[in-house]
Amino acid sequence: MKRHLLESADLDRSDATLVLDTAAQIEQALAGREVKKLPTLRGRTVVNLFYEDSTRTRISFELAAKRLSADVINFSAKGSSVSKGESLKDTALTLEAMGSDAIVVRHGASGAPHRLANWVRGSVVNAGDGTHEHPTQALLDAYTIRRRLGRLDGVRVVLVGDVLHSRVARSNVWLLHTLGAEVTVVAPPTLLPVGVGSWPVEVGYDLDAVLPKAGVVMMLRVQAERMNASFFPSAREYSRRYGLDARRMAALSDDAIVMHPGPMNRGMEIAAEVADSVRSTIVEQVGNGVSVRMAVLYLLLGGNEPA
Amino acid sequence: MTTYLITGSRPYGGDATDILIADGRITAVGDSLSAPGAEVVDAAGLIALPGLVDLHTHLREPGREDAETVETGSRAAALGGFTAVHAMANTDPVADTAGVVEQVWRLGEQAGLVDVVPVGAVTVGLRGERLAELGAMADSAARVRVFSDDGLCVSDPALMRRALEYVKAFDGVVAQHAEEPRLTAGAQMHEGDRSARLGLTGWPAAAEEAIIARDVLLAGHVGARLHVCHVSTAGSVELLRWAKARGVQVTAEVTPHHLLLTDACAESYDPVFKVNPPLRTDEDVAALRQGLADGTIDAVATDHAPHAVEDKESEWAQARPGMLGLEQALSVVVETMVETGLLDWAGVADRMSVRPAAIGRLAGHGRPLAVGEPANLLLLDPAHRAPVDPAALASRSRNSPYAGRELPGRVVATFLRGTPTVLDGKATR
Repeated sequence: MKRHLLESADLDRSDATLVLDTAAQIEQALAGREVKKLPTLRGRTVVNLFYEDSTRTRISFELAAKRLSADVINFSAKGSSVSKGESLKDTALTLEAMGSDAIVVRHGASGAPHRLANWVRGSVVNAGDGTHEHPTQALLDAYTIRRRLGRLDGVRVVLVGDVLHSRVARSNVWLLHTLGAEVTVVAPPTLLPVGVGSWPVEVGYDLDAVLPKAGVVMMLRVQAERMNASFFPSAREYSRRYGLDARRMAALSDDAIVMHPGPMNRGMEIAAEVADSVRSTIVEQVGNGVSVRMAVLYLLLGGNEPA
Repeated sequence: MTTYLITGSRPYGGDATDILIADGRITAVGDSLSAPGAEVVDAAGLIALPGLVDLHTHLREPGREDAETVETGSRAAALGGFTAVHAMANTDPVADTAGVVEQVWRLGEQAGLVDVVPVGAVTVGLRGERLAELGAMADSAARVRVFSDDGLCVSDPALMRRALEYVKAFDGVVAQHAEEPRLTAGAQMHEGDRSARLGLTGWPAAAEEAIIARDVLLAGHVGARLHVCHVSTAGSVELLRWAKARGVQVTAEVTPHHLLLTDACAESYDPVFKVNPPLRTDEDVAALRQGLADGTIDAVATDHAPHAVEDKESEWAQARPGMLGLEQALSVVVETMVETGLLDWAGVADRMSVRPAAIGRLAGHGRPLAVGEPANLLLLDPAHRAPVDPAALASRSRNSPYAGRELPGRVVATFLRGTPTVLDGKATR
């Protein structure tokens, strides 16, 4: 592994597989234990530096670090020196001076973790940057697919929704491609980036056409404010054309799964009966997120020997 | 006034000869000139060119003297071989009145390193709502002829039409920053394959081209002069070619950075490469070079845009757009146009001195290296190659996109009306 995890486009197949295998080993090591904790990162300090609200990702990273016995500091940009105008660089140098070994950063600006990585000696983990990437989300998604379907090679994954603004989509496109999956993105053309043609994916506008062959359908969150910017005419029209409801779910093959990175807009991109169905891995994804983030922190900070 | 005898330089890259300068003018050109009492400048191996004219410089004064002043920017310009620069209007306060343009002009006179020619804002406060007092600026001591809201586009088509028409009364020109604002809301970089991957909001080529298309039609309709700032796309070059073929009085400039760099630079997320219009693709770079070579693009203009460290040492989206250009402009043109065989030295003089002076209606600049002409000239060592060190620049800012890059050519001397502003590669004041 490299020193940082900035984007899944950086991960080669062996790096990515190592993370997934390590996550599986960690999960095994903790299975059935009363004390769900490993001593690996005792004495190390992990800072969660969150410039955007994201309760679930922050908690997931916090749990992951704590289960590896690291000290965890949560630094939220709100109510901190940041709101007084402190620059990202000054914040980073301050945190490092306090002895942080890794900074887990969530930031509204694409590339902010790359900038941080130039300024600090410790590791930087991208926990979501603007509309760029969210690599640990893709890793936990890949982990979930592999657990459910037993493989990633040749699996047909359909990503549906706001690809243009989605860091989850970008991370999944690169990682799943690296791991041998066949990725299709489906969205209204307004929510696909100009330049999507250069991605290693199939592009489609018709959800119904791709569902029968899909092994995985990953629904992306659609933010209501996109509606006001004329990306699509109305929430109802979006939902009719690109929402996954029970009727569409019925078109899926028997072993196909439905994923969502959360938080969901029930009734918008995904119907309640789909989200709560046996195909849905949504809750499982959350659990797997902790294992995968433990693996990432372990590999970046703890070394490469098995857990 | 000291008399200078420049020996052995090659005017326009031609045969070596001597140039005698006295009383601000070139008084003799020929072999083995002798001038008792003259200070001799040994220029063997150096290229002599007319002093460069920049149509597009941000000097930041008044308002952001921490990033650049008229004096530091003038020094950077002189070191780059310039003898005149047009100071853009987006200062604080905006140069939208006779008072502000005269202030900038006077600061330039005091610095005495280049002729600082103020550009006047087209609209009050650059707000794009109503015309600034263009005539007052034209009649002021600063004698403004170029008007621009640069940094912002005059996007209202009716207002643009009126501006184009109005400045005809004093032979002015509107220099348009071509950017349809509704198509570039939040834009961070060229919209294409790389923006798709980097997750940075795209700045589509069509946002520039749509305004250029509109403006050349307007300029043709009202019979006015139009100048297009920092053309950055292949499509823009096509439109300009079409408009010129139709006889529209349109001129255009390209920046050094758009001749050399591409959107690949954004992959570092280092905002030193953030600029407006953004760096484009290899195809655009090739089309811009071709357009400059065939004259579709008239001029190289730096869009020298100094920024304080804190405005660049940040996340990409938070950083201010713009990059330094004055001190490396000629070197970049040598690398992209001369060493590639696209322009000869006379062509460089035409695109960096003659035509920009004509566009700005500067009588004393862009003149040939000939007897009787004002002694505005530079001496360039074309064999010199060195990596760019931002810390060594005369500009007060350090946001050079060429840091560490080896570029050809070094300005050894610059003369402004017979007075050296640069000698031995160092500013004289």
